[in-house]
Amino acid sequence: MEQDFVMLSLPPLVIGICAAVACALPGNFLLLRRQALIGDAISHVVLPGIVAAFLLAGVVATGPMMLGAAVAALIAAVLIEAIRRLGRIEPGAAMGVVFTAMFAGGVLLLEQSSASGVHLDVQHALYGNLESLIWLDGWGWGALLDGQALRGLPPELLRMAGVMLAVAAFTALFWRALVLSTFDEGFARTQGLHTGALGFALVAVAAVAAVAAFDAVGSIIVIAMFICPPAAARLMTNRMGRQVAWSLGFAVLSAVLGYVLAGYGPLWLGYQNALSAAGMIATVSGIILGFAALLGPCRHPGGAPRGRGAE
Amino acid sequence: MAGGWRWRKWAARRQGKIMLWQALTLQLGYNATLVTLGAAMLGVAAGATGTFLYLGKRALVSDAISHSTLPGVVLGFMVMVALGGEGRFLPGLMLGSAVSAGAGLLVLTWLTARTRLTEDAAIGAVLSVFFGLGIVLLTVVQGMSAGRQAGLETFLLGATAGMLREEAVVIALGGALVLGLVMLLRRPMVLVAFDPGYAAGQGMRLRLVELAMMGLALAITVVGLKVVGLVLIVALLIIPPVAARFWSERVGVVVVMAGLIGGSAGYAGAALSATAPALPTGPLIVLVAFALFLLSLLLAPGRGVLAAGLRHLRFQRRVHLRQGLLALAGGQPVYEPLTLRLMRRAGLVRADGVPTEAGRAMAARARLDERRWQMLRSDPAFEAAAARYDGLTPLAEVLTDDQIAALDRGLRPEAAV
Amino acid sequence: MALELVGRARIEDAVESPLAIRGLTVSYGEKPAVFSVDVQFQRGQMTAIVGPNGAGKSTLLKAALGIIRPLSGQVTSYGRPLDEMRARIAYVPQRASVDWDFPARVCDVVMMGLYRDLGLLGRVRPTHRARVTACLERVGMAGFAGRQIGQLSGGQQQRVFLARALAQDADLYLLDEPFAGVDAATEKAIIDVLKALKAQGRTVVAVHHDLATVPDYFDRVFLINTTAIAEGPVAEVFTPAHLQAAYGGRLALAQMGGAAAG
Repeated sequence: MEQDFVMLSLPPLVIGICAAVACALPGNFLLLRRQALIGDAISHVVLPGIVAAFLLAGVVATGPMMLGAAVAALIAAVLIEAIRRLGRIEPGAAMGVVFTAMFAGGVLLLEQSSASGVHLDVQHALYGNLESLIWLDGWGWGALLDGQALRGLPPELLRMAGVMLAVAAFTALFWRALVLSTFDEGFARTQGLHTGALGFALVAVAAVAAVAAFDAVGSIIVIAMFICPPAAARLMTNRMGRQVAWSLGFAVLSAVLGYVLAGYGPLWLGYQNALSAAGMIATVSGIILGFAALLGPCRHPGGAPRGRGAE
Repeated sequence: MAGGWRWRKWAARRQGKIMLWQALTLQLGYNATLVTLGAAMLGVAAGATGTFLYLGKRALVSDAISHSTLPGVVLGFMVMVALGGEGRFLPGLMLGSAVSAGAGLLVLTWLTARTRLTEDAAIGAVLSVFFGLGIVLLTVVQGMSAGRQAGLETFLLGATAGMLREEAVVIALGGALVLGLVMLLRRPMVLVAFDPGYAAGQGMRLRLVELAMMGLALAITVVGLKVVGLVLIVALLIIPPVAARFWSERVGVVVVMAGLIGGSAGYAGAALSATAPALPTGPLIVLVAFALFLLSLLLAPGRGVLAAGLRHLRFQRRVHLRQGLLALAGGQPVYEPLTLRLMRRAGLVRADGVPTEAGRAMAARARLDERRWQMLRSDPAFEAAAARYDGLTPLAEVLTDDQIAALDRGLRPEAAV
Repeated sequence: MALELVGRARIEDAVESPLAIRGLTVSYGEKPAVFSVDVQFQRGQMTAIVGPNGAGKSTLLKAALGIIRPLSGQVTSYGRPLDEMRARIAYVPQRASVDWDFPARVCDVVMMGLYRDLGLLGRVRPTHRARVTACLERVGMAGFAGRQIGQLSGGQQQRVFLARALAQDADLYLLDEPFAGVDAATEKAIIDVLKALKAQGRTVVAVHHDLATVPDYFDRVFLINTTAIAEGPVAEVFTPAHLQAAYGGRLALAQMGGAAAG
């Protein structure tokens, strides 16, 4: 039992938590900047990115594919900004144009590649395969101290943990500047902040988190982690620091609960087949948001917590 | 050997061209013709419907609608299998998708109205959670014995090969129905998209009209889902209106243009896809629409990038020249490098910055013009003309010679000094 | 009568001026919102930027501060490029320019005024907190430090913005419509704070829309309607010809009548 858990469940759990946290952190700022859907756009263009990378590199390998996804995300971000400014189009529509067109290109390339006889696992890219990330050397809790066994950890785990730490470091380092420029961009500029560069850095960090996470939890479900935990957190508190703390709590809770429900839920009901862990994590985050929307102390517009009216 | 290879390549290309021509002129047989016309009809209806969402700045609501169809599709499949029927029965799946997309819309509206969350956050939440739930249900189906070959994945990416005949009929009829409803409801929808406050003041039932707008988008999504896939159906609702907006400032024209762009994309995309087996219909339609969007973005007169860019450059030149001339006239140095460069190029100053004869003459004229404007602006008799002052317009465009002469009589005392 | 081309003040004065603008043109699209404006605000004085709606008052301020990009023009502060002088300039944006639903308390917003002192990672010390409290006291908001900003009235929001600018302890205060949509008590409180700033030798420049209160509140006035009309002491600038140029006849006369009666 202990060995089963460490070998089969611990790595996906940790990876899920890292992915959720890495996405929820920048998600807080994107939400307040009304850019929540940039995560949506980025997660869709992962598909054309990996297909193009596969066609160029000719092998199904993680490295080139992540690079391709990152490049695609970058292209999408630049294209959205260019179309928005040049065409004077509202950001939502600009995103819609770019990500659907790039996605269409991805599907077309995909058909071409499968016509040439190679099968690329699209399902994996779209909704991940958290369950398959197991640690064969994990013979028990003691393996966590065993250098030999640790070397057998799934590479996704280290990658995701590294990205999470990098995202956390970015958030901590630029916390004050991010808060200031999110609240009042004009004032931030008079303080000498390069708000344009900072905004782009935020999107880039979100893209890195999304690209690292798609491999584990699937690209389209990444967006749930960008939006649901921060949105639920916003309904719990009126303070920025606490909002981020709540969102991290919700992200971890979604990851753990989602994974457990997907893996063990069917067994409790007497079925054999496990469900999609990534899908379940998204579902749980949605349920949490539902509860926050029904009961959160700061859910009402206008800032008055729990019935105390604004003056 | 090499020659034979080249010949074959040439022949293949020629064959492809012939097929494309045949496809575009509906000569590839009854089935292909039906598919092409169906796709065109879907494109027209989607473009027209999407225009109202876009004008109301809610383009991405369609994204939430389409992603939230997934659980309904899968549940529909499960219910039909449980009832002992054929799980892939299209109308059943469509009904399921409509019900769950409707639920998604309800949640979206509720989150936006009742909590402090903004609409974009609510859209993201609904689309990701419904999609996640759909994926969970999909794994349930994969566990069912009847579900192994369900092929429900096509709802994600669209049909991989060409469209089937009955599918073409469904989208053509569905598209026509939606288009009819759009025509019927266009007036209230325009009002609500443009100015909801005013529409409500006119006694319009705002929520009802908004519901109709989103309901039509939902209908388009459900109709096109199987063929185009749930991600790409969003493109048909967004790209044609955005492209059409470049061509006109009038709502009616934008709706028609969006329909035309959507229709041409559907037509050309379906025709292209009929020419080869590995060319899926949905992505081709979207890519044709995107190409039309790019053309509009670049080339449309008025709002297009090239036209606007040229206008901006010309405008910038006018501003800098005028400012430079006024500085010359006031005997002040010109600091802006761009101003200096433009003036040098126009022959108004020499390379060392000293004004030329022509430059001095034009500066004097600019100064006189500016003085006349100042006179005019402080004289109540010229109030209407004064409103046209923007620092650039020559006074001669606003006043007749006689009027200018009258103004000059006021200037004369200073001119005499 | 004849008018001299106005606004083209001598360059050498620019060294003294806390904010000197030369040849500033800003346009949204095809029509200049601000055209070739030259103006130098006087040190230690309170100057109102006055003009009709859409005359480019706020645009001038934002372009001067680098918040929007001008088509042409130079801006200096105390004779140096503006970027080097940021620490000496405080800015109070229009209240409506931010989302008051942002998750922050009153004291958090005022603390933002200390950004240049704190930097990215500087620790908030008791002295910083004391400064925030003192600034809130000066605008009469000491009791609201812990309040969520979304719960404030319009006047209270404006006071919080002013407190944030006070926290910067700057030499030049630029305010965009500080009296727009605030109650009478707030208007009084704000003008008292601004007059106290002037008494300390600081410079105040405010976009203002109410001609009637200009003589009471300000020493100087800069009249603008796309181009600079005139800059100088209130009594010298408020001539019928200038007001006609800025506003067009009837409105200006009516407003002046109101000012004389009040």
